[in-house]
Amino acid sequence: AFPRRVKVVEVGPRDGLQNEKNIVPTPVKIDLINMLSETGLQVIEATSFVSPKWIPQMADHTEVMQGINKLPGISYPVLTPNLKGFQAAVAAGAKEVSIFGAASELFTKKNINCSIAESLERFNEVMTAARAASIPVRGYVSCVLGCPYEGKISAAKVAEVSKKMYAMGCYEISLGDTIGVGTPGSMKEMLTAVMKEVPVGALAVHCHDTYGQALANILVALQMGVSVVDASVAGLGGCPYAKGASGNVATEDLVYMLNGMGIHTGVDLQKLMDTGTFICNALNRRTNSKVSQASCRL
Amino acid sequence: QESQVSGLPEYIKIVEVGPRDGLQNEKVIVPTDIKIELINRLSKTGLPAIEVTSFVSSKWVPQMADQKEVMRGIERHPGVRYPVLTPNLRGFHSAIAAGATEVSVFGAASETFSKMNINCSIEESIKKFEEVATAARNMNIPVRGYVSCALGCPYEGNIVPAKVAEVSKRLYSMGCYEISLGDTIGVGTPGSMKRMLEAVMKEIPLSALAVHCHDTYGQALANILTAIQMGVAVVDSSVAGLGGCPYAKGATGNVATEDVIYMLNGLGINTGVDLYAVMEAGNFICTALNKKTNSKVAQASFNTGTI
Repeated sequence: AFPRRVKVVEVGPRDGLQNEKNIVPTPVKIDLINMLSETGLQVIEATSFVSPKWIPQMADHTEVMQGINKLPGISYPVLTPNLKGFQAAVAAGAKEVSIFGAASELFTKKNINCSIAESLERFNEVMTAARAASIPVRGYVSCVLGCPYEGKISAAKVAEVSKKMYAMGCYEISLGDTIGVGTPGSMKEMLTAVMKEVPVGALAVHCHDTYGQALANILVALQMGVSVVDASVAGLGGCPYAKGASGNVATEDLVYMLNGMGIHTGVDLQKLMDTGTFICNALNRRTNSKVSQASCRL
Repeated sequence: QESQVSGLPEYIKIVEVGPRDGLQNEKVIVPTDIKIELINRLSKTGLPAIEVTSFVSSKWVPQMADQKEVMRGIERHPGVRYPVLTPNLRGFHSAIAAGATEVSVFGAASETFSKMNINCSIEESIKKFEEVATAARNMNIPVRGYVSCALGCPYEGNIVPAKVAEVSKRLYSMGCYEISLGDTIGVGTPGSMKRMLEAVMKEIPLSALAVHCHDTYGQALANILTAIQMGVAVVDSSVAGLGGCPYAKGATGNVATEDVIYMLNGLGINTGVDLYAVMEAGNFICTALNKKTNSKVAQASFNTGTI
């Protein structure tokens, strides 16, 4: 049996734009988030408080955070890789933050230049500060179904990292198939292991569509009781490890599937598609959403 | 072992429709020698069935005008079946004369689609197929039946599962050994796939069912997964996702064989097909058509930069 409702976490403005070739001006980012706020989405990841030296696309994080309309009932989490980023985020008005771990040592080393254990220590600092400020923290685990450097990732490792982040105080753990190599087989195996350590109500899946497997993987996750799914409007955000390949699953395609299954999301598909059209025009690129591409009237 | 544990079929037969359904719906008409080369390459991948061409009047489907030359020109590998479309008795005789050893007939679950597509009602089309089926039976030629618009119609919209079951049953009763249920415009989702299969499975044994999903709305793999979870063990697909959707300009059509195999491999399901060999065949035809592949697996695999 499938969940009756699914919470869709929109990561387009952060994960999406961060992985696009073209840098989008601040007013366009703000317009994008404001349009997304009108679609019924309850969670919209707004930006990332990482040093602009590393992520130039998110250099305007403070302006974006301060410039968007924050609608009641909608959460606008931001990435905070360390205490400094957390403090900057809170100063800019953030009410929810996210921290990014990984199930792969090599990926952690290449991505944030430290070991998994060291990264968890940094996160602990953020957790302590967040707890003191009553700010909820969402935890991400990258490379849950495969790593661009290590290849296969053991389900036990994913469960171990997830457990640590949950125990630290993250209210939700988003399990990311970072390079999209997962299939329903590996998704099932990984979730079975993680669900032994983290309650399914605290789990989310963040699937990339690099190998076209995202919706099938999401379907399996739903069958196992997961009811939170991350997606990116227009499928924004390519895969940095496979030139020309796609990345995030498109929110439109996800919502189309959930609608067809009678699963409630609260999201207005047409408004979402219009938002996708807007940002693709601004980025001067074609949408990655098949639902958007199809103009068949039914 | 994994697929047994999860209740999925151990083996899934992939029916490759690229050379027919795929090329028929491509803008560029492909020269005969390229078609033959494509089919010969596909024959070496382990695919058990490759739909070769269509014995329809070239007036209607110019892309398949070289049907006889293709049929006669291809290598016939042992263990591989080479079905062809035959819309009526005349096409059937022409196919047999050209060396065909298996044929397919195309019905629809929508009256309007049937009228617009083949200019007759469902009942009239069934009569024509019965003529083909009778002739085929007399010659020991297997016949595969297709039901289009199984999850929705570009003209009628929603299609009732009972109608799909009814048309499927007619085709099965006349002697089709397999019924391929087609989501012609790709509008289906796991929800509608499940409801449709439940209705059809009341009339047709599971082992005689196949799904033919289009990826126009990105739902194909999720729909295929739903079908195989219900026990369906035959899946149609098209190398490189050849074949756009004639009803939605610029939209994709067939699901890519590479992407299906990638998923089935990950599920531990045996197909007998060499994924890399299919990707190479896909690369060949896309180069010949001067177009980008529609397969995400191919896109990701050919473009991986050095890390």
